[in-house]
Amino acid sequence: MITLNGKCSDVAAGETLVAVLARLGLQADAPGVAVAVDDEVVPRAAWASFAVGEDARVEVLTAMQGG
Amino acid sequence: MSESPSPTDASVSSGASTPTTSLDAPTQDTLTIAGRRMRSRLLLGTGGFPSLELLAEAIAVSECELVTVALRRVDPSARGSLTDVIADAGVELLPNTAGCMTARDAVITARLAREAFDTDWIKLEVIGDEDTLLPDTPELLRAAEELVDEGFVVLPYTTDDPVLARRLANVGCAAVMPLGSPIGSGMGIRNPYNITLIREAVEIPVVLDAGVGTASDAALAMELGCDAVMAASSISRAQDPVAMARAMRAAVEAGHLARGAGRIPRRLYATASTPEQGLPEFGS
Repeated sequence: MITLNGKCSDVAAGETLVAVLARLGLQADAPGVAVAVDDEVVPRAAWASFAVGEDARVEVLTAMQGG
Repeated sequence: MSESPSPTDASVSSGASTPTTSLDAPTQDTLTIAGRRMRSRLLLGTGGFPSLELLAEAIAVSECELVTVALRRVDPSARGSLTDVIADAGVELLPNTAGCMTARDAVITARLAREAFDTDWIKLEVIGDEDTLLPDTPELLRAAEELVDEGFVVLPYTTDDPVLARRLANVGCAAVMPLGSPIGSGMGIRNPYNITLIREAVEIPVVLDAGVGTASDAALAMELGCDAVMAASSISRAQDPVAMARAMRAAVEAGHLARGAGRIPRRLYATASTPEQGLPEFGS
């Protein structure tokens, strides 16, 4: 099962990060967004080709007020 | 005996980096961190503002050029874009690692911030205690070293420990950001002596971070020789954040000018400002 931002998701193994981002309402060129899969940063350029693996933990982050 | 400095005097010793501010040429005086020159010596934290509109207004009146943001999970229901507000204001964004409690988490967060915002700058925070939000200093130093090695411009939020500040400078940090007192406490600068010692201990810019409660705290930081002040809660949670942003801007400037002007020493007894010569004698 793939975890998306800390929650169980119905993302299937093999989906690309672009497809995952779409579930959060984000375009593939969304500015100010970063993605980590299993604690590793996936560069923006690789979002379209990166396929999410079984039991992956995906974190999709953006700017929030703070500091 | 009349020369004894008061025990509250932490500004008796001036560091090697006394600013050269001149009222004749205020625009010549800039803050430089990692080669980036800024006219403003006030950094603004974006946390705690009741609305993005108030944040935008506070950025404008504070005249700051660098504002911090945190990195959090995307919230599909969030309204308005913080990055748009910052871009529209024409200021630079300084991502932080707020909330991280290990060097490992802070390093991953910094890498994500670089990817998200296309900046190598990172305000490094590694928190060691949830009640005081004080830094976990061994983890902080470890993370700083690693991030410098990865090419980041590292600005660590640190304790007011001059030895640690020197260690952070030695591993290649671009500035140090010592606390005056715990984040959001508004307790001001609890140990001004240490801030003075930090100013003398490092060549890199010193940015007073955390604890500022009101304008006089920011002015004191600058009088102690800090190169800049970072203010967040003191502005965003003030009753009138925009008015406080204006006050902080003026306080930072006043403190910096006063530092350059060189204050008089503190004395226990009075020193007459009017000469005694020519004082008439009256019969009594």
